Amino acid sequence: METRSLKEIQQDIIDEFSMFDEWLDKYEYLIDLGKNLDAYPEALKTDDRLIKGCQSRVWLDCKTEDGKLVFIADSDAIITKGIISLLISVYSGRTAEEIASDDFSFLDQIGLKENLSPTRANGLVSMIETIRKAATERK
Amino acid sequence: MKVEQIRKEFPLLEEKVYGKQLVYLDNAATIQRPRSVVEKWNDLTLHCNSNLHRAVHKIAADATEEYETTRDAVRDFLNAESRQEIIFTSGATASINLVAFSFGEAFVKEGDEIIVAESEHHSNIVPWQMMCNRKKASIKVLPVDDSGCLCIDRLENLITDKTRLIAVAQISNVLGVRNPIKEVVRIAHSHGVKVLVDGAQGVVHDGADVRDLDCDFYAFSGHKVYAAPGTGVLYGKKEILDQMPPYMGGGEMIAKVKFSGTTYAPLPGKYEAGTQNMAGTPTLKPALEMAKSLKDKEISEYHEQLTAFVLDALESNPKIHLYGNPEDRSTKTSIFSFTMEGVHHEDLALILDKMGIAVRSGQMCAEPLMDRFGVTGMLRASFAHYNTMEEAAYFIKSLDKAASMLL
Repeated sequence: METRSLKEIQQDIIDEFSMFDEWLDKYEYLIDLGKNLDAYPEALKTDDRLIKGCQSRVWLDCKTEDGKLVFIADSDAIITKGIISLLISVYSGRTAEEIASDDFSFLDQIGLKENLSPTRANGLVSMIETIRKAATERK
Repeated sequence: MKVEQIRKEFPLLEEKVYGKQLVYLDNAATIQRPRSVVEKWNDLTLHCNSNLHRAVHKIAADATEEYETTRDAVRDFLNAESRQEIIFTSGATASINLVAFSFGEAFVKEGDEIIVAESEHHSNIVPWQMMCNRKKASIKVLPVDDSGCLCIDRLENLITDKTRLIAVAQISNVLGVRNPIKEVVRIAHSHGVKVLVDGAQGVVHDGADVRDLDCDFYAFSGHKVYAAPGTGVLYGKKEILDQMPPYMGGGEMIAKVKFSGTTYAPLPGKYEAGTQNMAGTPTLKPALEMAKSLKDKEISEYHEQLTAFVLDALESNPKIHLYGNPEDRSTKTSIFSFTMEGVHHEDLALILDKMGIAVRSGQMCAEPLMDRFGVTGMLRASFAHYNTMEEAAYFIKSLDKAASMLL
Protein backbone atom coordinates (compact mmCIF):
# COMPACT_ATOMS: atom_id res chain seq x y z
CA MET A 1 0.00 0.00 0.00
CA GLU A 2 1.38 3.36 -1.05
CA THR A 3 1.81 5.59 1.97
CA ARG A 4 3.61 8.50 0.34
CA SER A 5 1.66 11.43 -1.02
CA LEU A 6 1.15 12.09 -4.70
CA LYS A 7 3.56 15.04 -4.49
CA GLU A 8 6.25 12.92 -2.85
CA ILE A 9 6.09 10.33 -5.61
CA GLN A 10 6.22 13.05 -8.24
CA GLN A 11 9.24 14.60 -6.52
CA ASP A 12 11.01 11.22 -6.68
CA ILE A 13 10.50 11.17 -10.44
CA ILE A 14 11.73 14.75 -10.78
CA ASP A 15 14.86 13.82 -8.80
CA GLU A 16 15.37 10.69 -10.86
CA PHE A 17 15.16 12.62 -14.14
CA SER A 18 17.49 15.35 -12.92
CA MET A 19 20.26 12.76 -12.60
CA PHE A 20 20.38 12.13 -16.32
CA ASP A 21 22.77 14.25 -18.36
CA GLU A 22 21.11 13.88 -21.69
CA TRP A 23 17.82 12.91 -23.21
CA LEU A 24 19.10 9.68 -24.61
CA ASP A 25 19.56 8.50 -21.00
CA LYS A 26 16.05 9.62 -20.12
CA TYR A 27 14.75 7.63 -23.05
CA GLU A 28 16.71 4.64 -21.86
CA TYR A 29 14.95 5.00 -18.51
CA LEU A 30 11.53 5.28 -20.20
CA ILE A 31 12.32 2.26 -22.37
CA ASP A 32 13.11 0.26 -19.22
CA LEU A 33 9.84 1.37 -17.65
CA GLY A 34 8.05 0.32 -20.82
CA LYS A 35 9.71 -3.08 -20.91
CA ASN A 36 8.86 -3.74 -17.25
CA LEU A 37 5.22 -2.71 -17.42
CA ASP A 38 2.90 -5.52 -16.30
CA ALA A 39 1.27 -7.48 -19.10
CA TYR A 40 -2.01 -6.03 -20.30
CA PRO A 41 -4.82 -8.47 -21.17
CA GLU A 42 -5.43 -8.79 -24.92
CA ALA A 43 -9.18 -8.79 -24.24
CA LEU A 44 -8.93 -5.23 -22.94
CA LYS A 45 -7.38 -3.90 -26.15
CA THR A 46 -10.73 -2.49 -27.20
CA ASP A 47 -11.49 0.66 -29.15
CA ASP A 48 -13.11 2.35 -26.16
CA ARG A 49 -9.86 1.91 -24.20
CA LEU A 50 -7.73 3.27 -27.04
CA ILE A 51 -6.48 6.78 -26.29
CA LYS A 52 -7.26 9.06 -29.19
CA GLY A 53 -4.65 11.52 -30.42
CA CYS A 54 -1.62 9.24 -30.11
CA GLN A 55 0.30 8.23 -33.21
CA SER A 56 1.17 4.87 -31.71
CA ARG A 57 -1.63 2.88 -30.12
CA VAL A 58 -2.15 3.25 -26.37
CA TRP A 59 -4.77 1.39 -24.36
CA LEU A 60 -5.73 2.47 -20.86
CA ASP A 61 -8.07 0.58 -18.55
CA CYS A 62 -9.39 2.05 -15.31
CA LYS A 63 -11.30 0.33 -12.53
CA THR A 64 -12.11 1.20 -8.92
CA GLU A 65 -10.81 -0.97 -6.07
CA ASP A 66 -11.37 -0.08 -2.41
CA GLY A 67 -12.14 3.51 -3.32
CA LYS A 68 -8.94 3.87 -5.35
CA LEU A 69 -8.54 4.08 -9.12
CA VAL A 70 -6.42 1.30 -10.62
CA PHE A 71 -4.95 1.92 -14.04
CA ILE A 72 -3.36 -0.61 -16.37
CA ALA A 73 -2.08 0.22 -19.85
CA ASP A 74 -0.23 -0.92 -22.93
CA SER A 75 1.21 0.49 -26.15
CA ASP A 76 2.70 -0.90 -29.34
CA ALA A 77 5.59 1.60 -29.11
CA ILE A 78 8.03 1.13 -26.25
CA ILE A 79 8.79 4.77 -25.41
CA THR A 80 5.09 5.60 -25.35
CA LYS A 81 4.63 2.53 -23.16
CA GLY A 82 7.31 3.91 -20.84
CA ILE A 83 5.50 7.24 -20.65
CA ILE A 84 2.13 5.69 -19.82
CA SER A 85 3.92 3.44 -17.33
CA LEU A 86 5.37 6.51 -15.64
CA LEU A 87 1.90 8.06 -15.45
CA ILE A 88 0.24 5.01 -13.96
CA SER A 89 3.09 4.54 -11.46
CA VAL A 90 2.06 7.95 -10.14
CA TYR A 91 -1.72 7.86 -10.47
CA SER A 92 -2.73 4.23 -10.06
CA GLY A 93 -3.88 3.46 -6.49
CA ARG A 94 -4.98 7.05 -5.82
CA THR A 95 -8.46 8.32 -5.08
CA ALA A 96 -10.44 10.05 -7.80
CA GLU A 97 -10.37 13.29 -5.78
CA GLU A 98 -6.57 13.26 -5.48
CA ILE A 99 -6.11 12.75 -9.22
CA ALA A 100 -8.78 15.23 -10.27
CA SER A 101 -7.24 17.95 -8.12
CA ASP A 102 -3.66 17.32 -9.29
CA ASP A 103 -2.16 19.74 -11.81
CA PHE A 104 0.16 17.20 -13.54
CA SER A 105 2.89 19.86 -13.40
CA PHE A 106 5.65 17.36 -12.53
CA LEU A 107 5.61 16.45 -16.24
CA ASP A 108 6.64 20.00 -17.09
CA GLN A 109 9.37 19.87 -14.47
CA ILE A 110 10.95 16.79 -16.01
CA GLY A 111 10.71 18.47 -19.43
CA LEU A 112 8.93 15.53 -20.96
CA LYS A 113 6.44 17.40 -23.07
CA GLU A 114 8.89 19.76 -24.73
CA ASN A 115 11.29 16.95 -25.53
CA LEU A 116 8.76 14.88 -27.39
CA SER A 117 7.99 15.35 -31.05
CA PRO A 118 4.77 17.37 -31.52
CA THR A 119 2.81 14.23 -32.33
CA ARG A 120 4.00 12.50 -29.16
CA ALA A 121 3.50 15.62 -27.08
CA ASN A 122 -0.13 15.59 -28.28
CA GLY A 123 -0.25 11.93 -27.32
CA LEU A 124 0.97 12.77 -23.83
CA VAL A 125 -1.69 15.46 -23.50
CA SER A 126 -4.31 12.89 -24.56
CA MET A 127 -3.02 10.43 -21.94
CA ILE A 128 -3.23 13.08 -19.21
CA GLU A 129 -6.73 14.08 -20.30
CA THR A 130 -7.89 10.45 -20.29
CA ILE A 131 -6.59 9.90 -16.74
CA ARG A 132 -8.07 13.20 -15.55
CA LYS A 133 -11.42 12.39 -17.17
CA ALA A 134 -11.49 8.91 -15.60
CA ALA A 135 -10.94 10.51 -12.18
CA THR A 136 -13.48 13.31 -12.68
CA GLU A 137 -16.16 10.82 -13.75
CA ARG A 138 -15.60 8.70 -10.65
CA LYS A 139 -15.50 11.49 -8.06
CA MET B 1 33.48 18.36 -57.65
CA LYS B 2 33.57 17.08 -54.08
CA VAL B 3 30.64 16.67 -51.71
CA GLU B 4 32.42 18.85 -49.13
CA GLN B 5 32.31 21.74 -51.61
CA ILE B 6 28.58 21.39 -52.18
CA ARG B 7 27.82 21.17 -48.47
CA LYS B 8 29.19 24.68 -47.99
CA GLU B 9 26.26 25.93 -50.09
CA PHE B 10 23.73 24.50 -47.62
CA PRO B 11 24.04 26.36 -44.29
CA LEU B 12 21.46 24.19 -42.54
CA LEU B 13 23.70 21.15 -42.79
CA GLU B 14 26.00 22.77 -40.25
CA GLU B 15 23.28 22.92 -37.59
CA LYS B 16 23.64 21.12 -34.31
CA VAL B 17 20.71 19.45 -32.55
CA TYR B 18 20.86 18.51 -28.85
CA GLY B 19 24.54 19.44 -29.00
CA LYS B 20 25.18 16.89 -31.75
CA GLN B 21 25.99 17.45 -35.39
CA LEU B 22 22.77 17.26 -37.42
CA VAL B 23 22.58 14.43 -39.96
CA TYR B 24 19.69 15.32 -42.23
CA LEU B 25 18.18 12.21 -43.83
CA ASP B 26 14.65 13.45 -44.46
CA ASN B 27 15.36 14.79 -47.91
CA ALA B 28 12.39 13.07 -49.54
CA ALA B 29 10.11 15.18 -47.31
CA THR B 30 11.88 18.41 -48.12
CA ILE B 31 15.40 19.03 -49.31
CA GLN B 32 17.60 21.77 -47.89
CA ARG B 33 18.02 25.01 -49.78
CA PRO B 34 21.30 26.35 -51.10
CA ARG B 35 22.41 29.94 -50.54
CA SER B 36 21.71 30.78 -54.19
CA VAL B 37 18.01 29.99 -53.71
CA VAL B 38 17.72 31.94 -50.46
CA GLU B 39 19.56 34.87 -52.05
CA LYS B 40 17.24 34.88 -55.05
CA TRP B 41 14.18 34.89 -52.81
CA ASN B 42 15.68 37.56 -50.61
CA ASP B 43 16.72 39.71 -53.53
CA LEU B 44 13.32 39.58 -55.19
CA THR B 45 11.50 40.26 -51.93
CA LEU B 46 13.71 43.20 -51.00
CA HIS B 47 14.32 44.74 -54.41
CA CYS B 48 11.84 43.45 -56.94
CA ASN B 49 8.46 42.94 -55.28
CA SER B 50 5.65 43.70 -57.65
CA ASN B 51 2.64 41.93 -59.02
CA LEU B 52 3.23 40.23 -62.34
CA HIS B 53 1.97 40.77 -65.88
CA ARG B 54 -0.11 43.80 -64.94
CA ALA B 55 1.48 47.18 -64.37
CA VAL B 56 3.71 49.05 -66.79
CA HIS B 57 6.22 50.27 -64.20
CA LYS B 58 9.85 49.19 -64.04
CA ILE B 59 9.62 46.97 -60.93
CA ALA B 60 6.62 45.12 -62.36
CA ALA B 61 8.50 44.56 -65.61
CA ASP B 62 11.56 43.24 -63.76
CA ALA B 63 9.47 40.93 -61.58
CA THR B 64 7.62 39.63 -64.64
CA GLU B 65 10.93 39.10 -66.42
CA GLU B 66 12.25 37.04 -63.47
CA TYR B 67 9.09 34.96 -63.44
CA GLU B 68 8.91 34.35 -67.18
CA THR B 69 12.60 33.55 -67.60
CA THR B 70 12.03 30.93 -64.90
CA ARG B 71 9.47 29.38 -67.21
CA ASP B 72 12.14 29.17 -69.89
CA ALA B 73 14.55 27.57 -67.41
CA VAL B 74 11.96 24.96 -66.42
CA ARG B 75 11.11 24.30 -70.06
CA ASP B 76 14.78 23.76 -70.71
CA PHE B 77 15.21 21.52 -67.64
CA LEU B 78 12.29 19.30 -68.64
CA ASN B 79 13.07 19.56 -72.35
CA ALA B 80 9.46 20.52 -73.03
CA GLU B 81 8.64 21.63 -76.53
CA SER B 82 7.11 24.95 -75.60
CA ARG B 83 7.08 27.37 -72.67
CA GLN B 84 3.28 27.32 -72.94
CA GLU B 85 3.42 23.79 -71.59
CA ILE B 86 4.93 24.92 -68.26
CA ILE B 87 2.35 25.91 -65.65
CA PHE B 88 3.46 27.25 -62.28
CA THR B 89 1.57 25.94 -59.27
CA SER B 90 2.09 25.80 -55.50
CA GLY B 91 3.48 22.26 -55.63
CA ALA B 92 3.02 18.76 -57.01
CA THR B 93 -0.23 18.35 -55.07
CA ALA B 94 -1.68 21.47 -56.68
CA SER B 95 -0.45 20.33 -60.10
CA ILE B 96 -2.16 16.95 -59.78
CA ASN B 97 -5.36 18.50 -58.44
CA LEU B 98 -5.38 20.82 -61.42
CA VAL B 99 -5.14 17.92 -63.86
CA ALA B 100 -7.65 15.79 -61.95
CA PHE B 101 -10.19 18.59 -62.09
CA SER B 102 -9.60 20.01 -65.55
CA PHE B 103 -8.83 16.73 -67.33
CA GLY B 104 -11.84 15.21 -65.58
CA GLU B 105 -14.10 18.03 -66.78
CA ALA B 106 -12.88 17.69 -70.36
CA PHE B 107 -12.42 13.97 -70.84
CA VAL B 108 -13.99 11.83 -68.10
CA LYS B 109 -17.61 10.73 -68.13
CA GLU B 110 -19.76 8.34 -66.13
CA GLY B 111 -18.41 4.80 -66.09
CA ASP B 112 -14.88 5.80 -67.14
CA GLU B 113 -11.78 4.54 -65.35
CA ILE B 114 -8.52 5.95 -64.03
CA ILE B 115 -5.60 3.66 -63.18
CA VAL B 116 -3.52 4.57 -60.13
CA ALA B 117 -0.47 2.66 -58.86
CA GLU B 118 -0.73 1.03 -55.45
CA SER B 119 2.45 2.77 -54.32
CA GLU B 120 1.22 6.31 -54.92
CA HIS B 121 1.41 9.18 -52.46
CA HIS B 122 -2.01 10.33 -51.21
CA SER B 123 -1.57 13.41 -53.42
CA ASN B 124 -1.74 11.15 -56.46
CA ILE B 125 -4.72 9.17 -55.16
CA VAL B 126 -7.15 11.52 -53.44
CA PRO B 127 -7.52 14.08 -56.29
CA TRP B 128 -8.49 11.20 -58.60
CA GLN B 129 -10.97 9.85 -56.07
CA MET B 130 -12.55 13.30 -55.77
CA MET B 131 -12.81 13.60 -59.53
CA CYS B 132 -14.17 10.07 -59.90
CA ASN B 133 -16.83 10.76 -57.27
CA ARG B 134 -17.89 13.84 -59.15
CA LYS B 135 -17.91 12.14 -62.53
CA LYS B 136 -19.20 8.73 -61.37
CA ALA B 137 -16.01 7.21 -62.70
CA SER B 138 -13.89 4.61 -60.90
CA ILE B 139 -10.29 3.89 -59.97
CA LYS B 140 -8.42 0.71 -60.78
CA VAL B 141 -5.23 -0.10 -58.92
CA LEU B 142 -1.99 -1.16 -60.56
CA PRO B 143 -0.30 -3.30 -57.89
CA VAL B 144 3.33 -3.51 -56.81
CA ASP B 145 5.06 -6.84 -56.12
CA ASP B 146 6.75 -7.88 -52.87
CA SER B 147 10.01 -6.24 -53.90
CA GLY B 148 8.22 -2.94 -54.48
CA CYS B 149 8.31 -3.06 -58.28
CA LEU B 150 5.31 -2.03 -60.33
CA CYS B 151 3.51 -5.08 -61.79
CA ILE B 152 3.89 -3.67 -65.26
CA ASP B 153 2.83 -6.99 -66.82
CA ARG B 154 -0.62 -6.46 -65.28
CA LEU B 155 -1.13 -3.04 -66.87
CA GLU B 156 -2.28 -4.24 -70.27
CA ASN B 157 -5.10 -6.25 -68.66
CA LEU B 158 -6.22 -3.36 -66.47
CA ILE B 159 -6.74 -1.09 -69.45
CA THR B 160 -10.20 -1.16 -71.00
CA ASP B 161 -11.90 1.05 -73.56
CA LYS B 162 -13.13 3.09 -70.60
CA THR B 163 -9.64 3.91 -69.26
CA ARG B 164 -8.84 7.61 -69.61
CA LEU B 165 -5.61 8.14 -67.67
CA ILE B 166 -2.89 6.39 -65.70
CA ALA B 167 -1.40 8.22 -62.69
CA VAL B 168 1.97 6.94 -61.55
CA ALA B 169 5.02 8.26 -59.73
CA GLN B 170 8.42 8.35 -61.38
CA ILE B 171 9.84 7.18 -58.03
CA SER B 172 7.68 6.15 -55.06
CA ASN B 173 8.30 8.34 -51.99
CA VAL B 174 8.32 5.19 -49.86
CA LEU B 175 9.89 2.47 -51.98
CA GLY B 176 12.49 4.60 -53.73
CA VAL B 177 12.29 2.44 -56.83
CA ARG B 178 12.45 3.93 -60.31
CA ASN B 179 9.23 2.98 -62.06
CA PRO B 180 9.37 1.96 -65.74
CA ILE B 181 7.69 5.16 -66.88
CA LYS B 182 8.55 4.83 -70.57
CA GLU B 183 7.03 1.38 -70.60
CA VAL B 184 3.87 2.63 -68.84
CA VAL B 185 3.57 5.43 -71.40
CA ARG B 186 4.16 3.08 -74.33
CA ILE B 187 1.44 0.66 -73.17
CA ALA B 188 -0.96 3.48 -72.24
CA HIS B 189 -0.55 5.32 -75.54
CA SER B 190 -1.02 2.13 -77.56
CA HIS B 191 -4.56 2.19 -76.09
CA GLY B 192 -5.05 5.94 -76.44
CA VAL B 193 -4.74 6.41 -72.66
CA LYS B 194 -3.01 9.48 -71.18
CA VAL B 195 -0.33 9.33 -68.47
CA LEU B 196 0.37 11.68 -65.56
CA VAL B 197 3.76 11.23 -63.94
CA ASP B 198 4.19 12.43 -60.35
CA GLY B 199 7.79 13.59 -60.39
CA ALA B 200 7.85 14.82 -56.78
CA GLN B 201 10.70 12.44 -55.92
CA GLY B 202 11.93 11.74 -59.43
CA VAL B 203 12.82 15.30 -60.33
CA VAL B 204 15.73 15.52 -57.90
CA HIS B 205 17.05 11.98 -58.35
CA ASP B 206 16.73 11.61 -62.12
CA GLY B 207 15.32 14.81 -63.57
CA ALA B 208 13.02 14.32 -66.53
CA ASP B 209 13.05 14.67 -70.27
CA VAL B 210 9.33 14.90 -70.94
CA ARG B 211 9.75 14.49 -74.67
CA ASP B 212 11.77 11.35 -74.21
CA LEU B 213 9.34 9.99 -71.59
CA ASP B 214 6.47 11.12 -73.83
CA CYS B 215 4.24 11.48 -70.74
CA ASP B 216 1.20 13.73 -71.09
CA PHE B 217 1.61 15.42 -67.71
CA TYR B 218 4.54 15.75 -65.32
CA ALA B 219 4.16 17.31 -61.86
CA PHE B 220 6.77 18.31 -59.31
CA SER B 221 7.28 20.46 -56.21
CA GLY B 222 9.97 23.10 -55.91
CA HIS B 223 10.83 22.40 -52.28
CA LYS B 224 11.94 18.85 -53.07
CA VAL B 225 14.42 20.09 -55.66
CA TYR B 226 16.13 22.89 -53.69
CA ALA B 227 13.62 25.68 -54.52
CA ALA B 228 11.38 27.68 -52.20
CA PRO B 229 8.36 25.99 -50.61
CA GLY B 230 5.01 26.82 -52.18
CA THR B 231 6.42 26.53 -55.68
CA GLY B 232 5.64 23.82 -58.18
CA VAL B 233 5.33 22.92 -61.81
CA LEU B 234 2.88 21.20 -64.04
CA TYR B 235 4.05 20.20 -67.48
CA GLY B 236 1.29 19.23 -69.88
CA LYS B 237 1.22 18.60 -73.59
CA LYS B 238 -0.09 21.72 -75.26
CA GLU B 239 -2.82 20.04 -77.29
CA ILE B 240 -4.28 18.51 -74.11
CA LEU B 241 -3.92 21.63 -71.95
CA ASP B 242 -5.68 23.59 -74.69
CA GLN B 243 -8.67 21.28 -74.54
CA MET B 244 -9.10 21.39 -70.78
CA PRO B 245 -11.08 24.10 -68.96
CA PRO B 246 -9.26 26.16 -66.29
CA TYR B 247 -9.13 24.91 -62.71
CA MET B 248 -9.49 28.25 -60.95
CA GLY B 249 -10.88 31.55 -62.10
CA GLY B 250 -9.71 35.09 -61.47
CA GLY B 251 -6.68 37.29 -61.93
CA GLU B 252 -4.82 37.20 -65.20
CA MET B 253 -6.27 33.92 -66.48
CA ILE B 254 -8.85 35.68 -68.61
CA ALA B 255 -9.06 37.13 -72.10
CA LYS B 256 -12.36 39.01 -71.75
CA VAL B 257 -14.73 39.15 -68.79
CA LYS B 258 -18.36 40.06 -69.40
CA PHE B 259 -21.39 39.19 -67.32
CA SER B 260 -22.67 37.62 -70.51
CA GLY B 261 -19.67 35.29 -70.60
CA THR B 262 -15.90 35.14 -70.08
CA THR B 263 -13.15 33.89 -72.34
CA TYR B 264 -9.81 32.64 -71.07
CA ALA B 265 -6.23 33.63 -71.64
CA PRO B 266 -4.05 31.41 -73.82
CA LEU B 267 -1.55 29.01 -72.23
CA PRO B 268 0.05 29.14 -69.78
CA GLY B 269 -1.91 32.05 -68.22
CA LYS B 270 -5.20 30.16 -68.39
CA TYR B 271 -4.06 27.92 -65.52
CA GLU B 272 -2.39 30.59 -63.40
CA ALA B 273 -5.27 32.34 -61.64
CA GLY B 274 -4.63 34.86 -58.90
CA THR B 275 -1.43 36.50 -57.78
CA GLN B 276 1.49 34.20 -58.39
CA ASN B 277 4.34 33.31 -56.05
CA MET B 278 6.54 36.05 -57.47
CA ALA B 279 9.46 35.68 -55.06
CA GLY B 280 9.27 31.91 -54.75
CA THR B 281 8.81 30.67 -58.29
CA PRO B 282 11.99 32.34 -59.67
CA THR B 283 14.02 30.39 -57.08
CA LEU B 284 13.44 27.43 -59.40
CA LYS B 285 16.17 28.94 -61.61
CA PRO B 286 19.07 28.60 -59.12
CA ALA B 287 17.45 25.43 -57.73
CA LEU B 288 17.43 23.64 -61.07
CA GLU B 289 20.95 24.95 -61.71
CA MET B 290 21.96 23.23 -58.47
CA ALA B 291 20.18 20.02 -59.51
CA LYS B 292 22.00 20.10 -62.85
CA SER B 293 25.39 20.80 -61.29
CA LEU B 294 24.93 17.79 -59.01
CA LYS B 295 24.78 15.60 -62.08
CA ASP B 296 28.58 16.01 -61.96
CA LYS B 297 30.32 12.67 -62.53
CA GLU B 298 32.28 12.61 -59.29
CA ILE B 299 29.21 13.58 -57.22
CA SER B 300 26.99 11.03 -58.96
CA GLU B 301 29.45 8.21 -58.48
CA TYR B 302 29.90 9.11 -54.83
CA HIS B 303 26.13 9.11 -54.35
CA GLU B 304 25.85 5.71 -56.04
CA GLN B 305 28.51 4.31 -53.71
CA LEU B 306 26.66 5.74 -50.73
CA THR B 307 23.38 4.21 -51.96
CA ALA B 308 25.05 0.81 -52.42
CA PHE B 309 26.64 1.04 -48.96
CA VAL B 310 23.34 1.76 -47.20
CA LEU B 311 21.53 -0.87 -49.26
CA ASP B 312 24.14 -3.50 -48.36
CA ALA B 313 24.07 -2.59 -44.68
CA LEU B 314 20.28 -2.69 -44.41
CA GLU B 315 20.01 -5.88 -46.45
CA SER B 316 22.58 -7.68 -44.34
CA ASN B 317 20.77 -6.86 -41.07
CA PRO B 318 18.48 -9.85 -40.37
CA LYS B 319 16.20 -7.73 -38.18
CA ILE B 320 15.48 -5.24 -40.94
CA HIS B 321 12.81 -5.61 -43.56
CA LEU B 322 13.46 -3.24 -46.43
CA TYR B 323 10.51 -2.26 -48.63
CA GLY B 324 11.49 -1.46 -52.17
CA ASN B 325 14.33 -3.86 -52.76
CA PRO B 326 14.35 -4.62 -56.48
CA GLU B 327 16.38 -7.41 -58.02
CA ASP B 328 17.80 -4.88 -60.46
CA ARG B 329 19.74 -2.68 -58.05
CA SER B 330 20.21 0.04 -60.63
CA THR B 331 16.53 0.93 -60.22
CA LYS B 332 16.95 1.63 -56.49
CA THR B 333 17.44 5.24 -55.38
CA SER B 334 18.72 6.51 -52.03
CA ILE B 335 15.25 6.45 -50.41
CA PHE B 336 15.14 3.61 -47.87
CA SER B 337 11.98 2.63 -46.01
CA PHE B 338 12.06 -0.25 -43.59
CA THR B 339 10.76 -1.81 -40.41
CA MET B 340 12.81 -3.46 -37.69
CA GLU B 341 11.58 -6.66 -36.11
CA GLY B 342 10.23 -6.09 -32.60
CA VAL B 343 10.72 -2.32 -32.77
CA HIS B 344 8.14 0.38 -33.38
CA HIS B 345 9.19 2.77 -36.16
CA GLU B 346 8.36 5.78 -33.98
CA ASP B 347 10.63 4.62 -31.17
CA LEU B 348 13.46 4.21 -33.61
CA ALA B 349 12.90 7.67 -35.10
CA LEU B 350 12.77 9.23 -31.65
CA ILE B 351 16.05 7.68 -30.53
CA LEU B 352 17.76 8.56 -33.82
CA ASP B 353 16.52 12.13 -33.41
CA LYS B 354 18.31 12.42 -30.09
CA MET B 355 21.43 11.10 -31.79
CA GLY B 356 21.18 14.02 -34.22
CA ILE B 357 19.68 12.09 -37.12
CA ALA B 358 16.56 13.41 -38.82
CA VAL B 359 14.51 10.64 -40.41
CA ARG B 360 10.83 10.17 -41.12
CA SER B 361 8.52 7.65 -39.48
CA GLY B 362 4.90 6.77 -40.06
CA GLN B 363 2.76 6.12 -43.09
CA MET B 364 4.54 8.63 -45.32
CA CYS B 365 1.24 9.69 -46.96
CA ALA B 366 0.92 6.25 -48.54
CA GLU B 367 -1.62 4.40 -46.42
CA PRO B 368 -2.67 1.94 -49.16
CA LEU B 369 0.96 0.91 -49.52
CA MET B 370 1.30 0.39 -45.74
CA ASP B 371 -1.79 -1.86 -45.94
CA ARG B 372 -0.27 -3.67 -48.91
CA PHE B 373 2.76 -4.61 -46.80
CA GLY B 374 0.70 -5.14 -43.62
CA VAL B 375 2.48 -2.54 -41.49
CA THR B 376 1.25 0.46 -39.48
CA GLY B 377 4.21 2.53 -40.57
CA MET B 378 7.85 2.47 -41.59
CA LEU B 379 11.05 4.33 -40.91
CA ARG B 380 12.44 6.22 -43.88
CA ALA B 381 15.95 7.52 -44.40
CA SER B 382 16.26 9.51 -47.61
CA PHE B 383 19.62 10.79 -48.77
CA ALA B 384 20.51 13.75 -50.96
CA HIS B 385 23.60 14.36 -53.06
CA TYR B 386 25.05 16.49 -50.25
CA ASN B 387 25.02 13.62 -47.77
CA THR B 388 28.37 12.03 -47.03
CA MET B 389 29.59 8.49 -46.61
CA GLU B 390 30.46 9.40 -43.00
CA GLU B 391 26.84 10.37 -42.38
CA ALA B 392 25.65 7.11 -43.93
CA ALA B 393 28.03 5.12 -41.73
CA TYR B 394 26.96 7.08 -38.63
CA PHE B 395 23.31 6.35 -39.50
CA ILE B 396 23.95 2.60 -39.80
CA LYS B 397 25.93 2.57 -36.56
CA SER B 398 23.27 4.62 -34.75
CA LEU B 399 20.57 2.28 -36.02
CA ASP B 400 22.37 -0.60 -34.32
CA LYS B 401 22.78 1.39 -31.13
CA ALA B 402 19.12 2.42 -31.11
CA ALA B 403 18.10 -1.19 -31.71
CA SER B 404 20.20 -2.39 -28.79
CA MET B 405 18.45 0.17 -26.56
CA LEU B 406 14.99 -0.82 -27.74
CA LEU B 407 15.27 -4.59 -27.98
